[in-house]
Amino acid sequence: MAAHSTSSDHHIIPLSTYIKIFSTLIGLTVLTVVAARFDFGAFNTIVAFGIASIKAGLVLAYFMHLKYDNLMNRVIIGSGVFFLIVLWFFSVLDIGTRLVQESPL
Amino acid sequence: MSTAKSSVPGEHHHAHHYDNAEHEYQSSKQGVWLFLCTEILMFGGLFVAYAIFHHLFPETFKIGSKFTDVKYGATNTVVLLFSSLTMALGIHYVQIREQKKAVIAMFLTILCGFAFMGIKYLEYSHKIHLGLLPGDWYHGNAEAIAHEIGNLKLPANIGLYFSFYFMMTGLHGIHVLVGMGLITWVMIRTMKGEFGPGYYTPVEGVGLFWHLVDLVWIYLFPLLYLVS
Repeated sequence: MAAHSTSSDHHIIPLSTYIKIFSTLIGLTVLTVVAARFDFGAFNTIVAFGIASIKAGLVLAYFMHLKYDNLMNRVIIGSGVFFLIVLWFFSVLDIGTRLVQESPL
Repeated sequence: MSTAKSSVPGEHHHAHHYDNAEHEYQSSKQGVWLFLCTEILMFGGLFVAYAIFHHLFPETFKIGSKFTDVKYGATNTVVLLFSSLTMALGIHYVQIREQKKAVIAMFLTILCGFAFMGIKYLEYSHKIHLGLLPGDWYHGNAEAIAHEIGNLKLPANIGLYFSFYFMMTGLHGIHVLVGMGLITWVMIRTMKGEFGPGYYTPVEGVGLFWHLVDLVWIYLFPLLYLVS
């Protein structure tokens, strides 16, 4: 962490980068809506979530400056996402593998 | 916390328990990221609950999403993405000491917040009018519903979809309102000339919060409006 540099050293992202990222995000939103019109079967959710995650990555990296931030802040947000995936994963394992039980009575 | 009230924009003296201004800035920002981590976990719980119930009752969610209007959802997505851009520009202009442009950018961000909530109001009032309410409160008007989605047979637990719809968009909407309030606060402080290249920590923190609100919506939109 560059704790001893002066604050004027903060990376300033040029305006053109912000505009490019914004245009890409709008493009991906259009893609999400268009992709929803097609049926990819089991991949529908994966396609929608894949596009959403690319958008989320762009927002995190550029709008939230994580690309130019220190490792600690990335680890903090990454740990949140990691434990969310753990929660999701074990929930899916449980719910997805349950057998339908018939009452013997 | 001491706040510099000076004629030089952004003149700020860091609190005594920090080594220097940069130390204060980095520590404050790290605190905001920790808070955002808890936000992800809070919304995350709802997302996982959604995944579970969607797996158990796919029909309920498929038919429930027919009541949402993709046009409204997509418009609100664009509005929030644009507001994220203007918020980022607000910070950008503070960083290069362009106070006036920064205030305009923040003001646009707040306007986008109003636009988002306005569209939400239209959606909510329409659903409430049709009786499409969460869980046990569901009392759908059969005639109006047939007019809306045709003669589809509604699952008995259709109220479940609206529980998720109102809980997730409601919690998100509260975040939008809080964000609008916070942006108003930093905008007023920017007008007073309290921020500049040397000190803009509150603007950065509020910006991060606003982008997270956008981030949550990026996932909510396909989840609630585009369920196939």
